[in-house]
Amino acid sequence: MSLDLDVWEIVIGLEVHTELLTRTKLFSGAVNRFGGEPNTHIDPMTLGLPGALPVLNEHAVELAIRVGLALNCTVQRSVFARKNYFYPDQPKNYQISQYELPINADGWLELPSGKRVGIERAHLEEDTGKSTHVGGGGRIHDARYSLVDLNRAGVPLLEIVGRPDLRTADEAKAYVSELRSILVAVGASDGKMEEGSLRVDCNVSVRHRGDSDFGTRCEIKNINSLRAMGRAIDYEAARQADLISSGEAVVQQTRHWNDTEGRTTLLRSKEDADDYRYFPDPDLVEIDPGPEWIERVRAALPMLPSARRHRLAERTGAELERTALVVERGLDELCLTAVDAGADPERVLTHAEHNLADERAAGLDPEAFAQLVAMETDGRLTATQTKAVLAEMVDTGDGPDAIAARHGYEAMDSGSLEPIVDGLIEANPAEWERFCDGDAKVAGFFVGQVMKATQGKADGKAVTALLNARRG
Amino acid sequence: MESRITTDDVAKVARLARLRLTDDELDRFTHQLSDILDHAADIEALELDDVEPMARPVPLSNVLRSDEPNDPLDRDAVLAAAPSTEDGQFRVSPVLGEAP
Repeated sequence: MSLDLDVWEIVIGLEVHTELLTRTKLFSGAVNRFGGEPNTHIDPMTLGLPGALPVLNEHAVELAIRVGLALNCTVQRSVFARKNYFYPDQPKNYQISQYELPINADGWLELPSGKRVGIERAHLEEDTGKSTHVGGGGRIHDARYSLVDLNRAGVPLLEIVGRPDLRTADEAKAYVSELRSILVAVGASDGKMEEGSLRVDCNVSVRHRGDSDFGTRCEIKNINSLRAMGRAIDYEAARQADLISSGEAVVQQTRHWNDTEGRTTLLRSKEDADDYRYFPDPDLVEIDPGPEWIERVRAALPMLPSARRHRLAERTGAELERTALVVERGLDELCLTAVDAGADPERVLTHAEHNLADERAAGLDPEAFAQLVAMETDGRLTATQTKAVLAEMVDTGDGPDAIAARHGYEAMDSGSLEPIVDGLIEANPAEWERFCDGDAKVAGFFVGQVMKATQGKADGKAVTALLNARRG
Repeated sequence: MESRITTDDVAKVARLARLRLTDDELDRFTHQLSDILDHAADIEALELDDVEPMARPVPLSNVLRSDEPNDPLDRDAVLAAAPSTEDGQFRVSPVLGEAP
């Protein structure tokens, strides 16, 4: 199935759950740690034992505020509510969440393209335990019984609800990447999708291009990677468009993404919020961080990816979109320091984009990097030599001078090129005549011959300049 | 006066709470819940536009604990109290469908 995007528009809103990087759970002192022997990170609160009472983890609140501020939300007085439902991975028979009054409301984030995506809310809640379904091939509907591990139950989560502002699968991927970078930057999450510390549910609907009303949406669960998310969105949008085209209606429901089969299947009809019978949790008091706490958190925030992209674009004169990869690799500081030390911004960015994928690159000495770029722009090293030296600098930490000398990439100034070029002109009179008659292609022949004679040490630009000078 | 809540509403809430009620109980609880809602309506009749909604009577906020771990419960002791276990986990009946 594929979708004609001239006719249809996809509307996507994402709900991202992130586990917060605390030492302990949201409402008790059981440890918050991925993995471990089943049921070893448990205490009376985790088990929902009678009489166990929740006490809120201060650091979880602090991390929630950091994320809220980083997402330009209003951080406000908030209340915990009970969401009531029966499921064995949640022994209290309710999940403590936030409903009418979330801690963070009404913010936005900026994609590398410059587009702003609205954030409706980002609220605190507790995670559930993990069920393993036994028998029936592990499928929930055919299982003979289930096993429950409560290590994850009660781990602090922040649920970040985005507005339906995304229009393509690629935009949705960019949103999740950006959100992940922000969460990691503020120290709220390790951002590991594969360990479930970042989980994405997609709300997808389609409408005819030009329509102002949204279509009926479906929520897709079980998305374990950015790639899976992109495929799931495209599949689901095509499924809905097919239904509408054949005169049927899209039914609001929750669907399950099957990555192996590449399709979504019905998980359940969408439940009514009323059925959860939300009410304020009488065991917990409200959180009201107040301006002092909020401003203290704001002052301690690191510079965020979007601000870093803008800074890099401004100070190098590059297009904003071009800065995304460099910032994602954490090379923007390196680049800016090198530029401040006099290196050519264009060459600096080009190297950061193409020649510094190695994760050790962020540890490069910016002065040495600037020195290398200067050697390149001065014509002391060719582009190929520069690339080789750079790779070795990342590898060994040695300076560009030493590495260039080791390889015999000695500066070859035009003085030492002159006799070689003159010799070639003399040896190839026919070619030289054609060059003098304006046949630009022959220049390549001469440059190639010079490279051969110098084992690639000559700077192509210098050779061309010399040839032009000789032609007069 | 007309009841504020119907037996259908009560039956639905009972189902969500996994309570099985007889017809007599349904009637009785419908009347009782209706009386409670009537009482709440007395408060609704007051002029409360300038009053902030209150979730609880005690004016407390920000009761917090530091992020320090406690000793966990002993797994074997906990599992010994469960009706059925396997491989260090709680064994439960198959989960059919989704709640509620």
